[in-house]
Amino acid sequence: MFPQFTARMKRFGLRLLTKPRLDLPLLLALFVLAIVGLCNLYSAGGDNVSLVTGQAARFVLGGVLLLVISRIPPPVLRSWTPWLYLGSTALLVVVAILGEGRGAYRWLDLGVMRFQPSELLKLTMPMMVAWYLHPRQLPPGWKDIAVVGLLIAVPAGLIAEQPDLGTALLVAGAGAFALFLSGMAWWRIGLLGGAVGAVIPVAWQFLHEYQRNRVRTLLDPESDPLGKGWHIIQSKIAVGSGGTFGKGWQHGSQSRLEFLPEHTTDFAFAVFSEEFGLVGVILIMLLYAFIIGRCLWIAMNARDTYSRLLAGAIGMSFFVYVAVNGGMVAGILPVVGVPMPLLSYGGTSAVSLLTGFGVLMSIHANRKLHD
Amino acid sequence: MKRRRASIKESRGEVALFRRRALAGFALILLGLCAVCVRYVYLQVLHHEEFVARSDQNRVKPRAIPPARGLIYDRNGVLLADNVPAFRLEVTPEQVGDMDDMLGKLGAVVPLSDDDIATFRKQVKQGRRFEGIPLRLKLTEDEIGRFAVNRWRFPGVDVVPYLTRRYPLGPSMAHVIGYVSRIDTDDLDRMDDDEEAGYKGTTHIGRIGIERYYEKLLHGAPGYELVEVNADGRTQAVLDTTPPTPGKNIYLSIDVRLQKAAEQAMAGRAGAAIAIDPRNGQVLAFVSVPDFDPNLFVNGISSADYKALTTAPDKPLYNRALRGVYPPGSTVKPFLALGGLTLGIRRPSDTVLSTGEFCIPGQSRCYRDDKRGGDGTVNMIRAIELSTNTYFYRLALDMGIDRLASWMGSLGFGKKTGIDLVGEVEGILPSREWKMGRSKAGWYPGETIIAGIGQGYWAVTPLQLAHATATFAGHGIPYTPHLLLDTQDGVDSPRVPQAFPPSGPSVVRKQADWNAVNEGMEAVINSGKGTGKKLGIGFPYLIAGKSGTAERFSRKTDAYDNNKNTAYLATRHRALFIAYTPADDPKIAVAVVLEAGAWGAADSGPIARKILDQWVVDEGGPRPAEPPPGPVATADADPADSADEPAAPSSAGEPPQDDGEDQ
Repeated sequence: MFPQFTARMKRFGLRLLTKPRLDLPLLLALFVLAIVGLCNLYSAGGDNVSLVTGQAARFVLGGVLLLVISRIPPPVLRSWTPWLYLGSTALLVVVAILGEGRGAYRWLDLGVMRFQPSELLKLTMPMMVAWYLHPRQLPPGWKDIAVVGLLIAVPAGLIAEQPDLGTALLVAGAGAFALFLSGMAWWRIGLLGGAVGAVIPVAWQFLHEYQRNRVRTLLDPESDPLGKGWHIIQSKIAVGSGGTFGKGWQHGSQSRLEFLPEHTTDFAFAVFSEEFGLVGVILIMLLYAFIIGRCLWIAMNARDTYSRLLAGAIGMSFFVYVAVNGGMVAGILPVVGVPMPLLSYGGTSAVSLLTGFGVLMSIHANRKLHD
Repeated sequence: MKRRRASIKESRGEVALFRRRALAGFALILLGLCAVCVRYVYLQVLHHEEFVARSDQNRVKPRAIPPARGLIYDRNGVLLADNVPAFRLEVTPEQVGDMDDMLGKLGAVVPLSDDDIATFRKQVKQGRRFEGIPLRLKLTEDEIGRFAVNRWRFPGVDVVPYLTRRYPLGPSMAHVIGYVSRIDTDDLDRMDDDEEAGYKGTTHIGRIGIERYYEKLLHGAPGYELVEVNADGRTQAVLDTTPPTPGKNIYLSIDVRLQKAAEQAMAGRAGAAIAIDPRNGQVLAFVSVPDFDPNLFVNGISSADYKALTTAPDKPLYNRALRGVYPPGSTVKPFLALGGLTLGIRRPSDTVLSTGEFCIPGQSRCYRDDKRGGDGTVNMIRAIELSTNTYFYRLALDMGIDRLASWMGSLGFGKKTGIDLVGEVEGILPSREWKMGRSKAGWYPGETIIAGIGQGYWAVTPLQLAHATATFAGHGIPYTPHLLLDTQDGVDSPRVPQAFPPSGPSVVRKQADWNAVNEGMEAVINSGKGTGKKLGIGFPYLIAGKSGTAERFSRKTDAYDNNKNTAYLATRHRALFIAYTPADDPKIAVAVVLEAGAWGAADSGPIARKILDQWVVDEGGPRPAEPPPGPVATADADPADSADEPAAPSSAGEPPQDDGEDQ
């Protein structure tokens, strides 16, 4: 039993190395992005090497996960999906109970490392929606839309309660994209969108005071230059003073003189914009667009509905990161704590992103052999 | 069925639908990314000049001003924890060329220990290169002078003022106040964002004791100042200041005079002494011996000092008053007697014949009195006075372990008292449930019998003993022991007193019950025949008390111990004494525990008396005359378990186990 198992693991490891069935263009794009991220982090962190090596270690961990998951065929992933979804949602409930009366509480301490269960949902959420829609008649009717809505609302609500609005947005977005890709009729989307718009004034009542303050500050950041608006003002100055070609690597005075808060995490992209200018921004945006496009291309060639919806939703939710963080840094969206993918310092986000790409690689490896 | 259809339904139509959707989605995403880019064009091209100007003028930034930590006083306003200005050396790594070279040269000007350099290097790795990092704390004036002369040689090195904590009384209050020490990364990890913001610019945090328990009160909130910096990030001028909110000052219920008297009376013998006001639970003295100098910890203890403290055999960091557990011995007898009265098992006049040996009816096992031949016929008052084991063996047996445990629990044994310090332990109150939790063996009647004299599984903290004594002295009304007396917003503000409500209803059912036990405890000291005779001589009020001598190890033989050498006995016994005064209207209750003492009355009794003497002085009376020299008592209620008794449990038999630090 045991020798057999080790032999199997050995073969599995060997195949991982010798025949990685990966999509090279996507892998290359991610690699470039990771390198840019590390260089930017070195500058943003004030030439702090340990920050960079820490982040690199997470990339390596994420890369290994990517490799491993790329070997799991989508049908296996599909059969695990409901359990993964229920498990990650249960962990959210555990965090909610543990965090009772402790302010912002998102972490589960595993002794060796801490992780946020909400990160898991970024992947298990689109998996679950795809799993649910896979055997149904598409495009979905109101009943299926309602079920999917519930599947999205429960974990997203729990995350928003933590309170972590940014992650809640990402998780809900990933589920919604799967629904969108399943072909939900445009008129239904319009109707639902209108209904959500009507609910916003009600939702405002349920937002935490600090979240409301963030929105208020967004509308008029200069009103509170010492407190809430400081981030936005300084970030805009950093971006704007970068100009077309930027101040050059390691010459961003805004972050190096510490005018810019959180310049290694949420506002890492402001450092990048300051040092590499509009040219750098556009190049990075093109790189992001390429990654998203490649994901959708992989989705289009996927073997079954589950794989298609999942790959498409993962690719499209990548856009939410980029747009929300890019908008936040440029002062047009509220500061909700969404990182710039692979550019911002932060362990769980990098690892969970790369895990998602592992799923994409697996879908790519098991693609439809052409018509 | 549905699944089957699903696999067939893989129609071209669905694939085509997905493709249309994916393309539409991608188009929307490109649109979104373009919108973001347009915003960047707006900022970086159209308004570039404006932002460049603002960036160049961006010389003003906010800097946190740490709040001054609240001061700590005793009840009479004696300063126990103070903030004193000090200077530290700070290094900005970015401005230092060759770090090793600089440290070498600087070491010749200002002495740097290996610890300083190791801590500094660790922080350099974790910090940002343009932030100042402390290298040496608490520079002497001489060092500041020498550095000032040589300053031009060390770019990037500055002398920075800060406030540091000082504990003027040093070791005396160490186990109460605890200490603050440098905030480390673990502390920051524990905090959420808002808390962390509250510690911007603060270098120290309460680590143990009052400093830790009342961290929130003492800390305060930081302020901000807008400072103008030059291109290198150096401060040029301060433009605007939002002052910090200093932490609250706090007044402890401790009376330093009493604390010092208790400390002196202990004369360095390991153990604890606690005094509580039975009318409100205010802790008047809280001594654990040996102690340590908390000032060592404030600015980073050297590894040599730390090693000395943690490896010392008598464990000075160990808070015996709060965390040490000891068998209470005969000090439980008055509480048991009160239980007998309250539960209606005994009347004060009921008598028992003490013959020197008590045997469980129908069994061959016997338990000894401490006096050969016994005390004869004794009632409750005589039994307390003479500490007659047989009386309490029988009472415990009649009461049964369940009622005994529940009654003693109502006096606070076996649970935390709830004092405002961190790390209190529960001790062990022997009960059926407790024993079930640790072994499969059932409860034996013999275990009930020795529980009646405070031996066997019993383990109490000195604080629990003091709390139970105070509860009894206060006519049975329990008050949670409390150290915080008043808070104060600033030196000139009025003191805001804390409320001290009782924590429950009185445990005494009738005044007559209380009077009977009180009479027995008065007799212990004042009858001339009690175990604590002479302890009351020369004292202006009537003292009531009870001695206890507990065995650390169980006896190997049945024989009376003929070795009366006190030094030898001290290695085998723990000496305890509880007392309160004035007996008719108690205002102070005391518990003294010595880890190694021959007899409770002879060793711990005089310590209790000295504390009470000081109390009389503090109340405005003349210092009472010393009791006459000579032995206080010949023998105490020497615990007597016969040889075939199950071995005393580890908790009672071993010195307290602790890793030394009270965290």
